This record gives sequence, C-alpha cells and structure tokens, in this order.
Amino acid sequence: MQWTTKTFLTKTKRGNVLKIVREHYLRDDLLCGSAVCNICPHKDDEIVLDNKPESICKLFDFEHYLVLDTNVVLHQIDVLEENALKNIIILQTVLEEVKHQNTAIFQRLLEIVGNKNRKFYSFVNEHHKDTYVERNPHEKQNDRNDRAIRRAASWYASHLLLSKSDFDGKIPQIILLTDDENNRKIAQKEGIVCCTVKEYVENITGFAGLVDKLSKNVIPETCSKDALYPAHLTPSQIHSGIRGGKLYQGTFHASRDNFLEGTAVVSSFDKPILLQGHSGINRAIDGDIVAIEILPKEEWRKPSDIVLEDKADDPGDTLEEEALLNTKVDSEDEITPTGKVVGIIRRKWRQYCGILLPSKFPGATRHLFTPAEKRIPRVRIETRQSDILISQRILVALDSWPRNSRYPLGHFVRSLGPIGDKDAENEVILLEHDVPHARFSEAVLACLPPDDFKIPEEEIKKRVDLRSICICSVDPPGCTDIDDALHARPLPGLSPDGLKTYEVGVHIADVTYFVRPNTALDKEAAARSTTVYLVDRRIDMVPGLLSSNLCSLRGGEERLAFSCVWVVDENANVLSTKFHKSVIKSSSAMTYEEAQIAIDDSTRNDEIASSLRTLNSLAKKLKQKRLDNGALLLASPEIRFQVDSETHDPIEVQAKKIMDTNSMVEEFMLLANVSVAERVATDYPRCALLRRHPSPQPHSFDTFLKAARQQGFELDVSTNKSFSKSLNEAVIPDRPFFNTLLRIMATRCMQQAVYFPSGSRTQEEFYHYGLACPIYTHFTSPIRRYADVIVHRLLAASIGADVSHASLLDTKAADALCDNLNYRHRQAQYAGRASVALNTHILFKNREEIESAVVLAVKRNALQVLIPKYGLEGPIYLPSDKFRYNEEEHVQICGDVILRTFDELTVRLTLDSSNLQHRKLVFQLVKPSIPGVSYIADEQVEKMEIEEIDKKENEKKRKESTGGKNKKKKSKK
Amino acid sequence: MPGPDLLSSQGLRLDGRRPNELRRIRCKLGVFTQPDGSAYLEQGNTKVLAAVYGPHQASKSKSSSEGVVVNCQYSMATFSTGERKNRPRGDRKSQEMSMHLRQALTAAIKTEMYPRSQIDIYVEVLQADGGAYCASVNASTLALIDAGIPLKAYVCSCSASMAYKDGVPEPLLDVGHVEEAAGGVTLTVASLPSTGSIALLELSHRLHSDYFETVLSRAMQGCRDIEIILDKAVREHLAEGWTKQDVITI
Ligand SMILES: [Zn+2]
Repeated sequence: MQWTTKTFLTKTKRGNVLKIVREHYLRDDLLCGSAVCNICPHKDDEIVLDNKPESICKLFDFEHYLVLDTNVVLHQIDVLEENALKNIIILQTVLEEVKHQNTAIFQRLLEIVGNKNRKFYSFVNEHHKDTYVERNPHEKQNDRNDRAIRRAASWYASHLLLSKSDFDGKIPQIILLTDDENNRKIAQKEGIVCCTVKEYVENITGFAGLVDKLSKNVIPETCSKDALYPAHLTPSQIHSGIRGGKLYQGTFHASRDNFLEGTAVVSSFDKPILLQGHSGINRAIDGDIVAIEILPKEEWRKPSDIVLEDKADDPGDTLEEEALLNTKVDSEDEITPTGKVVGIIRRKWRQYCGILLPSKFPGATRHLFTPAEKRIPRVRIETRQSDILISQRILVALDSWPRNSRYPLGHFVRSLGPIGDKDAENEVILLEHDVPHARFSEAVLACLPPDDFKIPEEEIKKRVDLRSICICSVDPPGCTDIDDALHARPLPGLSPDGLKTYEVGVHIADVTYFVRPNTALDKEAAARSTTVYLVDRRIDMVPGLLSSNLCSLRGGEERLAFSCVWVVDENANVLSTKFHKSVIKSSSAMTYEEAQIAIDDSTRNDEIASSLRTLNSLAKKLKQKRLDNGALLLASPEIRFQVDSETHDPIEVQAKKIMDTNSMVEEFMLLANVSVAERVATDYPRCALLRRHPSPQPHSFDTFLKAARQQGFELDVSTNKSFSKSLNEAVIPDRPFFNTLLRIMATRCMQQAVYFPSGSRTQEEFYHYGLACPIYTHFTSPIRRYADVIVHRLLAASIGADVSHASLLDTKAADALCDNLNYRHRQAQYAGRASVALNTHILFKNREEIESAVVLAVKRNALQVLIPKYGLEGPIYLPSDKFRYNEEEHVQICGDVILRTFDELTVRLTLDSSNLQHRKLVFQLVKPSIPGVSYIADEQVEKMEIEEIDKKENEKKRKESTGGKNKKKKSKK
Repeated sequence: MPGPDLLSSQGLRLDGRRPNELRRIRCKLGVFTQPDGSAYLEQGNTKVLAAVYGPHQASKSKSSSEGVVVNCQYSMATFSTGERKNRPRGDRKSQEMSMHLRQALTAAIKTEMYPRSQIDIYVEVLQADGGAYCASVNASTLALIDAGIPLKAYVCSCSASMAYKDGVPEPLLDVGHVEEAAGGVTLTVASLPSTGSIALLELSHRLHSDYFETVLSRAMQGCRDIEIILDKAVREHLAEGWTKQDVITI
C-alpha cells in the first residue's frame, strides 16, 4: 500500500487560515468490476459489468462501458433512473462530488448502484494507485477532478486491453459522457472517446420517452442575450456581500395569492423582507435560500393585498407590466422593508405535481406546466407525448432558470394518472406532502412472520397470561388496526383510606415483538413514522399482515400485548402501576356506539358490561381531575364521509359524533401514556422519547381575545388553568355552538406538540400545556406511530422484558429520529386535510347547499367562515365599494350591518370547477341580506331544498344497506 | 447512527484504509545520544519522540524499596496541531496523559529488579493527528528497549472505534483525527500482546455493551500487529548496531 498526503487550506471559525494535512492511502487491491478482466482477483459476486455490453446508441456500434462526469449525474438522474442505460462506471470522484452537492441525488444514485440489474459499478479511483491524481499547484479543484475522471477512463481502457490475451471476442471500450466542452476537447486529445449526454440519449433506440427526461441544464447566467432578468451575483460576491453587511441571507417564501410577490425572513429584521415583481424576485422559487439586497427606505412598500394569478397564455419569453403592484401607501407604519433578490445561495427544488397547459400550436414540443402548488411558477418542458399527457396529472423536475427565459426549464419525470381519477389525485396528495407510500420492498416483507403465525409456547411462558381475563377493545366503526384494549375488575381488598379498589389494565399491541431493531422492516417503519389516513385510503406504517392482523387486537383471538396495569381506588387515584408483556384474548372488539349501548342497557349484567361501566365511571373521575389541573378541552371540526361502496366517492358528510365511550378510552390511554412517560424518563434521563406541548406565545392570542371581547367575554389566558376556566364560563345559552367555536379558535392560537429526547430539554420544558401534565409520551398506538415503537422498546428494556440496543440509547440518533417524527406527523396531518378537501369537492360536484355558518376571522376583503355541519372553511369575498373595513376593531361595516368574528350567517355553497387543478368551494352570503352582495334565494332554492331532503331520505336507506364503510381513525390522543 | 459516513459503500475509510488496517507505522531507535535510550515513531501523521533516562538513584522523596519508580512526562509541541497553541507544560490534559503512560509502561517494566531507583521517560508529541497516546506508548516501548531496561513483554497501544456499513456494526482500527472528530466512541487499549494482558483501557464516550467485545478485540488485534512491527524495528536496529560496534573494535 502506498502512502501520500493531501494538503488543503481551510478557515477556522475565528477566520484563521488553517493548513490541513490528511493521510491518503493508495491501494493495489481495488477491483475494476468487469467480467472481461482477468487481472483483478474478482470473486463471482464482485463482477458487475457485462463482458458483452451491447450498445443501444446508434452513434456507437461497438460494445462499451460508460463513464459519467459529476454534472451528468447531478442533472440527468431522471434519465439514469430509467431502466435503459446499463454498464456504467461511477467513479468515486463523481460519487463524492455528488454527495457534497446534493444529498437527495446522492441517495438516488446509491439506490441505482445498489440495484444489481442496473450494472452500475462504483470504482474507487481516488484510492487506486494507478488512477489517483494529485492536485497541481494553482489547479482548480474542478479541473483536478475532471483530470481524475479522464485518468480513470483511460486507465480502464488500457486495463481491459491488458486482459485481451486470454479473452476471445471484443474488448469493451470506454465512452466518457460529459457536457463540458473543454473537458471533451482534452479527453479527445488524450484518446478517450467522448460524447454529450444529449447526443447519446437522443440516439438511443428502443426507449421511447427517455428523451423527455433529459434535463435542460443551461448555465443560467450565461444567457445574457435577450435577458429578461438581472444577472445573479457569483457565490464569492454573495459571500463577501453578506460578510460586509450589504446583503442578507434568507429563505424565499412565495405568496400563495400573488405570483409576483414573496417574502424572506432575515434574522436582522423584525418583519419579513418584501420582494416584489419579476426583477425583485429574480427567479427565486419558494423555499430557495437567497441573497437579498435591501432597497433604500423611500422605495419600501407594503404587501399588496390583491390576488394575482399568472394568467399569461404562454406569451413566450416576455415579461408583462407590473404596475398593478404599486399599491398606495397610506401611513408610515404600513410599509415593510423591501428588497430584491440578487443571488441564489441554494436551490431547494423538488419534483412537482401538476398538469400541462394546452398548447395553441398542434404538434409543438415546448409546453407549459402548471404545478399544483400555487407558490411554484409555471415550468417550461419539452415533450413529444403532449397529446397523451394533456389529460394527465404529471410529475416534473426543475432543471434551471436562464436569464432569457420567462419560466424555469424542467423536464417530464412521470405520469401519475388521468386528471380527476381518484388514484391520481391521491397520488398527488401523497407526493406533495412527501408521504412515503411505495409498496413495501421485498426486504421489508422478508422480515414478516408467516401468514399462519401462531404464538410459540415458549413465548407464552415468558409472559403474563391474561387470556382468561375479560378484556375488550373499543374503536371507531370499521377500524382494522386495533392497537389498544382495556379491562377493569373489582379487587377484594380496600385501599388504606377504606375505599373500594379496582384493577384496571390497558393492553397495547406488542408490535416490537415483530418489528426488531435495525431490520429492513424497522427502518421502513422509522422512515414512514406514521400511518397516513386519507378519506378512502390508508397508507400503513407496517405491512398489512401486522397492522390489520397479527398486531390488531381482534376479538376472540390470542394476541401478544404490552400491558400497563394499575390498582386504583374508586376515586380513580392510582395506588400502584406495573408494566409487563402479556398474552391476551379480547372478549369483544366493539365500536364506541356498541360500548355505549352496553353501558346504558340496564338489563345487561354480563362481565363486559360491568367492566365497561367501571371503566366509564373511573374515566369520568380521571377526566375531572385532569380538568381541575387545568387541562384544556380543545376542539377541531372533524367530519366523516359516508363513502359509496362501489365508486368510493363520498355521498354524505357529517360531523363526528362524540360519545362518552370515546372519552372513556381516551382517558385510559392518557393515563397509560403518562405512566409510561414517568417510567422511561426516570430510567433514561438522556434518551427517553417524550412529547411536549409548549405554552403558547402570549401575543398569538391578541386577535382571538379581541374577537371574544366583542361578544362580551373577557378570557384569561395567563395559565392553562385560568384559560380553561374562562373558556368554560364563556357560554351563550341560545347559541350552543359558540363555545365549541371558541375552543376551535383557541386551538389555532397554540403551538404544535412535538416529540423530543429527554436529554435535549430541561425538566420544566417537558410540560404538556394542553393536557396540563408535567410529562407525556406516546405508548398506545405502536401499529400506526413509530414513536410508540421506540417507547415500547425503551420500556421493555427498562423492565427487563427485552434487550436494549445500542441505537436505542444513542442521543444523536434520538435527535434525528425526533426531527423526522415531527416532520412526518405534520405532513401526515396536512395530507389528511388535503384528502378531506378533495373529497368535499367531489361531494359538491353538481350540488349546492344553503347552510348556517359562523365567522372565524374578518379580513380586509373577506370573511373567513366555518360551516359547522361540514367542518368546511372558506372565504366570503366582500366588495370594497360596499363594505368598509375597520382595522382597529377587525369588523366589516356595510350600512347598518356590522360583521364581526363569531357572528352567525347563512351562506350558499357551490363548487367552482373552472380551474381543474384548483377546484374550490365558493361561499356566498345569504343572510344578513345585503342588496347587490348577498345571494338572492328564489323559488329554485326552495325546490332544491325539498330535493335535498328527499335525497337524504334515500341516502339514509342506502347507508343502512351498505353499512358504515368509513375507515377514518379516531382523533389524536 | 453516529458517523454513518466513516465507511464508504465499498468498505473503505476516508483515508482509503480498510476497517482492520493500521496507519503506516515508521520508527527508529536510538535517535539521540544524550539519553540512555530514545526512539522516534510515526503512526500516520502522528509523530512522537521518546527519551529514557535511567535507571538511576531515586530522589529521597520518591524512593521505594519495592521496585523502580517510573516517572513519565508527556508534552505536546506548540506546532503539533493545525492551530498553533501555547501549551504550558503540565496542563491538566498532559498530566492525565503522563499518568496513563506511566500506568501502561510500569506494567511492562520488570520493576522489582531496581529497588530504590528511578526511570524517567520523556515523550514529546511533534505532530498530533489522532491517537497520540497510542503512538506515545509505542515509542516509549522502543526507547525503553533502546535503554536496555528489562521488560516483561512489549507494551503496545492501539485504538478502535465504531462505524456501520449497511447498518451492520464494523469497528475501525487505529483511529485517526478525522475519525475521532466525527464524534463516535474511541476505545484505547494498551496491552502486552504476548501475554494477552491489558495494561490500560479507556473509552472516550459511552459505548453500548453489545459492541464492547467486538471493538475491544479489534483493538487487541491492532496491538498484536503493532508488536510485530516494533519487534522487526528492534531486530533491525540491533543488527545495525552490532555491525557498527564491530567496525569500532577493529
Ligand atoms: Zn480488472
């Protein structure tokens, strides 16, 4: 082995220049991976490249391997992912550069290399004694890397040639793919065959559509001819500008309503920086990290509150007038710091879902693509399949945004299905929310037990046998992933205070028995983090065999469980807690409704009914205690769809019914979660996975409190206890929904609860504001939440029921895990909401309704209203010539009609389908009636209402016949 | 998982070594004439000088009738790291290192042969690139041999840490600075490979007990590999030395 050193300079945090010398070993035992070679000591499974790599490219009629340069991988990853190109050598130089520049692409590349069928060989040229090149003095790193790539390419050619003596047939040649003209010139001089990607791919036969995936990676700043946009600064100009305090770094957020406006949050300014117009935004796309120059104060503006859509009907490469944006500034305090984007520090592009805009010219290959996300501008793509794609939802990747192009350039990645098709629309929701939803891989499925799994006898011996105890589960109707079950039974003795005592148990599916740490199954579940519930589809965290069968605590079947058993007195004081693994046999899997009936039916005196009654009465006491401590009863409008059994289209919607039994199950789940949290936090001070709910920011309540005051209620938000108390008192007798509405609005003022490792926070910060408990975690739903899986493992190790694992106790890993959990949970929530919106739109197709509504917020040009019946929310736009907005009081005034937050209205609902991608519900004011604004109800409406009633009658019958088809899961605990 | 990038998908470390390979070790005995014994040792970019005086009569306060008193002094040169730092002699870290050195070396020296005497060992780290302690122990062993002090066996030191390849744990031998800085656990062991006994064992962070055995056995393997290298150096030095003396006598 040869030894050398690499020397390079870097800067320390203090700004001193530091010389770093690293060792670098050069080896002679690295393999070339070719089947032709008889020099390297390959083992059979180490040969990747074919001995007869047939050419699929018309330009080259000889067998060859391809060597790619870094930019080819970075830009053309979509082409590489297609199963077309094979026998490719990925050099370590390339691999490292890709990793450095874009981790997402790096992961995708590793995926391809890992796929044996693709025949991608990664060659460690940087440590090979014959292919390592040292950087020359004054040579740029890029030039050195290009040289290393050329050296490796020619080494391969000569290495394979050396094997010729023993090999009958043609020796494969090496072709270097690079788009760098200079590099090609030098390579040709050195005798290396090279080609641009475009030429190579365009001449490939037999893979239609591959050309569409070619990225159009022009270097954006070189296109200065006919430039529409100002040039971006170079990275070094940006760097010195930021250091000199002339420029600022921020993340660009495009406005949802106005495509020519955006903001960027910069740490040294209180308000976000306003960026307006084509040149102000200067090709920044939502999420990009940009460099901003602040304009002189006299040019500062206020955000325009108009809605502006990019309506341009493919105008070619021109920019339109921007006069619309110059809104009048009335007073000094309205203006916000305004700036312009002068450079891009890092692009945060992903792949976007959307549709093609119809082109005016038949047979054209250049098309405009409109993304589903309104914050993303339209994209110019080239495709020859537009007549097929025009009716499809498609996925597009961005490539570059040259100065002379009005739109960014991109390329087609794949089609998701016909527009309006349920599966395609769901796919869009999942992709846009980054929900991993591919089928479980073979490696994951290989971790599963056999379909006819029986609990082994020796496993039963290790556990507490609770099969003889009357345990039951209570869930929403149609629930197939039952992860909790309960029991309660009176105990003979009395408590020290002379009270009756009970044994109460919560039994949770023992998922960790099946999901072992660091297996492919475990990694997949960790990546997914949660099961995602769409209205008509469930994306499981673990495969169906576990989620709906082996782990689901079905009635009458023996299942493995993790039990938390308390002794409580009749006042629901916990006297003792114990945890153990168990084997149970649920007596009955009930719905909330069935359980409620069993409790209420006084003629039933069987074991299940009496156990449920005990649980119910204890739960009420637990709840009261919780409320006394200051727990908040929060509300969010939740609805369920009745789904047609054949088409899976929603046919009716209703608000969720909440029964006593919902709350009963919830109380015991909370108790179990708290008990487990206390235990794991004591045993693992640094790496216990907990859940905290931070206290809300005081100012976030401002608007809410003002609105409540207008209705005559002073709310005290200083602590959760006082807040809870004043919420309880804020009741208007003849408006029963008012209190719920208050709670809905209060919920929105609060922060999200998050997972965290116990070592990262102080004890005081563990507090869960909403539940008013000092410590909390998730233990009760391991089938559908990965956090619970981790907590199960921690608890099992803590009680000695299972071994602990190194990754479990790793605090760094715990941090990364929590970040992913929080991200996935948020995305899952958004995806769920998007799915509800999609189904609401389907429901309102060809339908209109008059409903009562309440005002959630008063805006400058609109009212935000909520329809309690559907849990729907939307704006009613108010014309400015009729209404006057009082900014102080947040009210809209028209004559003697004053509209305030919390007011009740009547509105008309219809669906506007004029934009296929953004169908939206239209809300129109009916009452109070204001001439020229309100919708005038005529006889038609009456007629329609009669029809509605008939329809409902019909549907009721239908419902009875089809039964509850809904699979929506209970709300979060 | 910590340090996921320490092993490439091809199974090579950042500097091109495989997990079970030592850094390049080069050493020389008898580099100075003034001390009774001396040695210079390079382990990759970590470079260390060791000098031994004694055994000589112990000062009254330290003297022991049980055996020889081993006195170690470890220090780092101002220029030994990338950022130049003035290091006062006897700062906390050096004192700790001196103590650890003493523990490892005392285990190897046949102390009972020299009661009421003292051996002084000075170690200077000229360049630090990870594993300075290991290099110091290895250099001191050579210096002691050069001084002709009777040892029970070679005492060698080597480190190992944890990395993962495709999720499977794989310990790394002879950890360099970059790998150390990646934040994983480093296990350092000083042992007498020919007897199999361990003179010193240190862990930089907490290591899960599941991994302890594999990491320790890799570090012990490293000690055995180092012993072979040191032994070869000693033999070469002695062979060289005899020829020189022959020249003088003639
Ligand atoms: Zn070969």
